[in-house]
Amino acid sequence: MSLGDGILFGVCAFAALVTIAVIGVAGYEIISGAVPAVSKLGVGFLTHTVWAPNFNKFGAGALIYATLVSSAMALVLAVPIGVAIGLFLSMMVGTRIRAVLGPLVELIAAVPSVILGFWGILVLSPFVHEHIEPWLNHALGFIPLFGSPQTTGSSLFTAGLILTIMVVPIVASLSRDLFLTVPLEMQDGAAALGATRWEVIRGVVLPTTAPGVIAASVLGLGRALGEAIAVTQVIGAGTAIHGSLFRTGDTLASRIAEQFPGESPLWKSSLFYLALILLAIGLTTNLFAQYIGRRFQVGGMAGV
Amino acid sequence: MSEQLFDPTAPLTPSGNLRRREFVGRLGVGACTAAAVLAVAILAVVIFTVFKRGASSLSLDFLIKAPPIFGGPGGGIAPELVGTIILVALATAIATPIGILTALYLTEFAGGRFARVVQSAIDLMQGLPSIIVGVLVFGLLVAGHSESGYAASIALAIIMLPLVTRASQEVIARVPINLREAADALGVNRWRTITGVVLPEARAGIVTGVILAVARAAGETAPLILLLGVFNQTQTSFNPFASGGMPNIPVEIFNLSEQADPDSFSRAWGAAFVLLAMILFANFLGRMILARSAKRTGR
Repeated sequence: MSLGDGILFGVCAFAALVTIAVIGVAGYEIISGAVPAVSKLGVGFLTHTVWAPNFNKFGAGALIYATLVSSAMALVLAVPIGVAIGLFLSMMVGTRIRAVLGPLVELIAAVPSVILGFWGILVLSPFVHEHIEPWLNHALGFIPLFGSPQTTGSSLFTAGLILTIMVVPIVASLSRDLFLTVPLEMQDGAAALGATRWEVIRGVVLPTTAPGVIAASVLGLGRALGEAIAVTQVIGAGTAIHGSLFRTGDTLASRIAEQFPGESPLWKSSLFYLALILLAIGLTTNLFAQYIGRRFQVGGMAGV
Repeated sequence: MSEQLFDPTAPLTPSGNLRRREFVGRLGVGACTAAAVLAVAILAVVIFTVFKRGASSLSLDFLIKAPPIFGGPGGGIAPELVGTIILVALATAIATPIGILTALYLTEFAGGRFARVVQSAIDLMQGLPSIIVGVLVFGLLVAGHSESGYAASIALAIIMLPLVTRASQEVIARVPINLREAADALGVNRWRTITGVVLPEARAGIVTGVILAVARAAGETAPLILLLGVFNQTQTSFNPFASGGMPNIPVEIFNLSEQADPDSFSRAWGAAFVLLAMILFANFLGRMILARSAKRTGR
């Protein structure tokens, strides 16, 4: 090994160490910032629903509820749409159309969340308030989720729609790449037995790629859970838990974005506690997706 | 047993079960097409709205002037534009070398457990919510000090790093093995092979990765809200290391969007126009560089 080789190896290894150090420091900073709140408020913080800085009361229950509801709504809408787009791009069009449409779908993920959120405030949210909410309430009002519309369109529902727009390109692009890896022999075999194109998809393509589709959905979920800005703009900064999707709320990430760094030590530490919860959720979803990805050979996605 | 006879005069259209199956198939294909159309339509609506509403507040003054000191209509976003360019440039200068070197480590020197740990760290970093990056940099650099631009640049660099690394990794791994073998056969050192053959061969892909990461960082808002939330929007700041806030476009759009008055909104649409145009251009540029190099090398 020459001197040049040694130097290059050293520099590269140092860069790799920096990467690991960043993750380590992230964990350390957030945990040490959260320690005062964790020791004072304990695990009850997770279920306590009152967040009243003026009375020095902090609980994340309502925030966790809104985070889960808005992300679940985004996932319920975005996974079928994303998988359908993935199928369309991989199975139903030629390479030329795929080369144009694929990047366009990925471009949705390139729109900054602050612009999507601003568009959400002024365009999507009035539209949802005037058209979609009354209609859903009229048709499905017997389900508590679809209560009566409020005075504005700022709601969990609008936040869920914005998150859907953010998750769809992730699921679509990952699942397109997955579907393209299904061996043509298997598809042709099914077609030779008389299966229609849709039956080939249902019987061969989807079953062989199901683990990868789950991994893609989990990555999308991670994105939805952690999104702060666009959600802050359209969710209405509500404080209470409401059964109806048309009421306001606040997620873990949006509460941090609104109030960080807080005005009292406990307030600030509670916000770090929220970040810690978010970090734990983020690590879990990511490691889960990585685990599935490694086991079933799912490729990564550049740019998102 | 009744035998069904083939009627040669019957029209050759599917009936019964086959008809139902083909109908279901057409329904499925139709639903997938509709989903793709919907996605492209939403992209078109967002871009169209931003460009249409932003265009009315756009002018040369909007790009080169500061807003009026006492509020009101008129003025521009020059301080924010300068701030965003400086913040992103500094972040790029930090993230690009570290990202490329980490990618080299993973593709050229890796093997064993440590490489797997590094790869996991890159994946985790990519999955880190950007608001968390803001909280961690705040805890590391800002807590106890005043806010300043470089902390925000470091946060943006943390967001760019995994994007640069993964893009570089992919193209470096795709450099043909016979190029390396040719260098080996000539007795070239490892490091000369890497700097003289592998990196030039992968250059287009790496440049594209960096450009896409820049586009991502330019619009990133969450960490900047925590790290540079307060600034004087009439004062251009050129030094990211000076203490005090640094105006930037994403936070300005966010602040204006919360103000709910028409002047603020029209300023926000204008700023959104400028930001989105830059990001779309960067995406277009990145893909074009990649496509041209793919055509040249035939890979």
